[in-house]
Amino acid sequence: MRLCSIAVLLVAFASCKPRNEAGAITAGAAEKVYVAPGKYDEFYNFVSGGFNGQVSVYGIPSGRLLKIIPVFSVMPENGYGYSEETKPMLETSHGSLPWDDQHHLELSQKDGTPDGRWLFANANNTPRVARINLATFKTEEILELPNSAGNHSSPFCTENTEYVVAGTRFSVPIGDNQDVPIADYKKSFNGTISFIKIDSSNGRMSLAFQLLTPAINFDLSHAGKGKSHDWFFFSCYNVEQAHTLLEVNASQRDKDFIMAVNWKKAEEYIRNNKGTLKNSRYAHNVYNETTHSATSTIENKVLTLDPSQLKDFVYFIPCPKSPHGVDIDPTGEYIVGSGKLAALIPVFSFDKLMAAIEKKDFDGDYQGIPVVKYESALYGEVQKPGLGPLHTEFDGKGNAYTSFFVSSEVVKWNIKDLKVLDRKPTYYSVGHLCIPGGDTKKPFGKYLIAYNKITKDRYLPTGPELAQSAQLYDISGDKMELILDFPTVGEPHYAQALPAELIKNNSVKYFKIDENKHPYVTRGEKEAKVVREGNKVHVYITAIRSHFTPDNIEGVRVGDEVYFHVTNLEQDWDIPHGFAVKGAANAEILIMPGETCTLKWVPDAEGVFPIYCTDFCSALHQEMQGYVRVSKAGANTPLKYGTNLPDSAVAKN
Amino acid sequence: MKKYVYTAVLLGLTWACSNNSQPSKENSSAPVAEDNSLQSSTSASSAAYDSIKGAGKYTNVALSATLDQKMIAGGKTVYEVKCAACHKLSDEKLVGPGWKGVTKKKSAEWIMNFVSNTDEMIDKDPHAQAMLAVCMVRMPNQHLSDEETRDVLEFMRNNDSSK
Repeated sequence: MRLCSIAVLLVAFASCKPRNEAGAITAGAAEKVYVAPGKYDEFYNFVSGGFNGQVSVYGIPSGRLLKIIPVFSVMPENGYGYSEETKPMLETSHGSLPWDDQHHLELSQKDGTPDGRWLFANANNTPRVARINLATFKTEEILELPNSAGNHSSPFCTENTEYVVAGTRFSVPIGDNQDVPIADYKKSFNGTISFIKIDSSNGRMSLAFQLLTPAINFDLSHAGKGKSHDWFFFSCYNVEQAHTLLEVNASQRDKDFIMAVNWKKAEEYIRNNKGTLKNSRYAHNVYNETTHSATSTIENKVLTLDPSQLKDFVYFIPCPKSPHGVDIDPTGEYIVGSGKLAALIPVFSFDKLMAAIEKKDFDGDYQGIPVVKYESALYGEVQKPGLGPLHTEFDGKGNAYTSFFVSSEVVKWNIKDLKVLDRKPTYYSVGHLCIPGGDTKKPFGKYLIAYNKITKDRYLPTGPELAQSAQLYDISGDKMELILDFPTVGEPHYAQALPAELIKNNSVKYFKIDENKHPYVTRGEKEAKVVREGNKVHVYITAIRSHFTPDNIEGVRVGDEVYFHVTNLEQDWDIPHGFAVKGAANAEILIMPGETCTLKWVPDAEGVFPIYCTDFCSALHQEMQGYVRVSKAGANTPLKYGTNLPDSAVAKN
Repeated sequence: MKKYVYTAVLLGLTWACSNNSQPSKENSSAPVAEDNSLQSSTSASSAAYDSIKGAGKYTNVALSATLDQKMIAGGKTVYEVKCAACHKLSDEKLVGPGWKGVTKKKSAEWIMNFVSNTDEMIDKDPHAQAMLAVCMVRMPNQHLSDEETRDVLEFMRNNDSSK
């Protein structure tokens, strides 16, 4: 029966040809998305980058790309991951990793609404969670997650950003003996759910505790709100515990689970010393805005809780057919599970769930964890909503919007009466949805953005590889109205949006040079110098429109490691300088005003090597250049440096 | 005329071509909301421009007869970090003009306004605009605090009082 329904879905999908028609685009659509030159967009839209490992920022309603924030991937454009200061950000227990797969984003919240302070991002492949500072739009912290594989159900947060969570898509062997046969999956594998504590004063992350779970796959998650504040919900699939051909073998059962976790109760267990401290190994990387430098440290302990032993804080709710999204409505009462192979959407009631737990209205247990009866927790089902439901967002007016991958549409339905109100096609095969504040207590509504998985013919063709396609809908009326297509970079998964006012006035314009505590800062040209320490040559070099000091350097030898510590002396907005040296084996760097940034260079041959500014900075930008003379190894060419020196100048130190 | 040019040189600024990167206001008769540009229309307020004191928050700067050594020291520190890359203490031009004589040519208010309100002054002040054509680099606003701005003025006064 299950296989049959899959077959039907596949046929439906295969027959879904691109239908590139404008649809019912109304005459007013252009006006709604037109942001005149010099005007600002109404919303910031933070969009996950998927396989590019970055986060992109768009303006809504224009769909204009404002910025790409490097998070888990190196970025040659500004030197992130290449400069000496940012290299530690990409350190893990597996060494330095230049790439990851970035899926979901969550804005920090206060009282269930975005507060504009931080953006959290997950790394799916080598499990990590990052925190981005929304005053600087820089990645400020990355925490690796031990005992984890496929960090997919992350980085969703509780209403006051008490915790950000992470869960395992892949269960794996955990503990001392991990070299086990894959066929021992049921016996030797486990999943984990990590709760990351957030320091409300500075955003700093720490791994508070991990739940050890049965070996199933966790897909997505969302925190409760209001009445359900103490709870976190995770969608689960592969309750069959398959370890091969999951496409078929993990789709056998009629129902999988939504896992409900009472995190307040977990805290209580920890206060009562019920946790077990286990050895582990994971990297914790922190970028310091004052030293403009990151550090990476390896942590080695994690506190674990076993819900099969510690009772009454973890429950399973049956949910049809491999649920993908689990989304909580703004009131905190309704829990929407989207079984991606189901032909209906189950909506659970938090009140009913609590009553069922109280009465122990269970349908047995799954590996020691109680399974609440489906009907006892169910509020109702949305019948025949579409094919392949994935994710649901809310407008704050009592309506839910669910994406349907297979039938390629967005469906609006009423939460109370579960009636479908409207459906609009997407182009094509939509994945995630975003309504500004759409997963919070107070959605801002107005727009819905669909992030599509298939682009086909929506834009001018660019060969086999295409940009991803996003679509903007006006949802202010009874019916959704498609008003804009815009291409996106990477592969967007989840996204977040919030009113521009919550961020734009706090945006940092430059770093104060007086507060620069970089160990190699050059505060003014008077301090510019070149210092040799063995085969390491430290160049304290300044940049200001439009020259470097020093811009003539001699006395470097083949075999030296040269560190250009470039300090940008400018103290005004939007005056970065760039730095490049011929033959540099890593990227160029961009240095923001007041910042110090270091490029390492190992000259491989004798000669005179040009340096120059790579960011057009003034009318005399093309004059912003200099030379480094490299002599053979062991040569006694004297160290000599300066800018505008008389030809007879000699070393200053 | 000579004085005019000299004064302009002192300012160390340049009026780059109209395609410079400064935000500019769109001209439109449509009833649209205020845009976000930093720069106001120059035509609207140029009539009221005070070329002696310049444009900015400083309208009356009290100068003591004797120089304040503490302020001079503070001004020297600021100069070395934020100014020396472009300005010499002699009258020789580097990127911008040398500072020698500036306090004799320009009022205290003008200097402090220029240091703290650089972009508006470059756009409005005739001498500043003329100087931009000579130096070809817009002087950056280095965002000095009130105290630092005053200290730099004292440092300039001291520079002009020495032989």
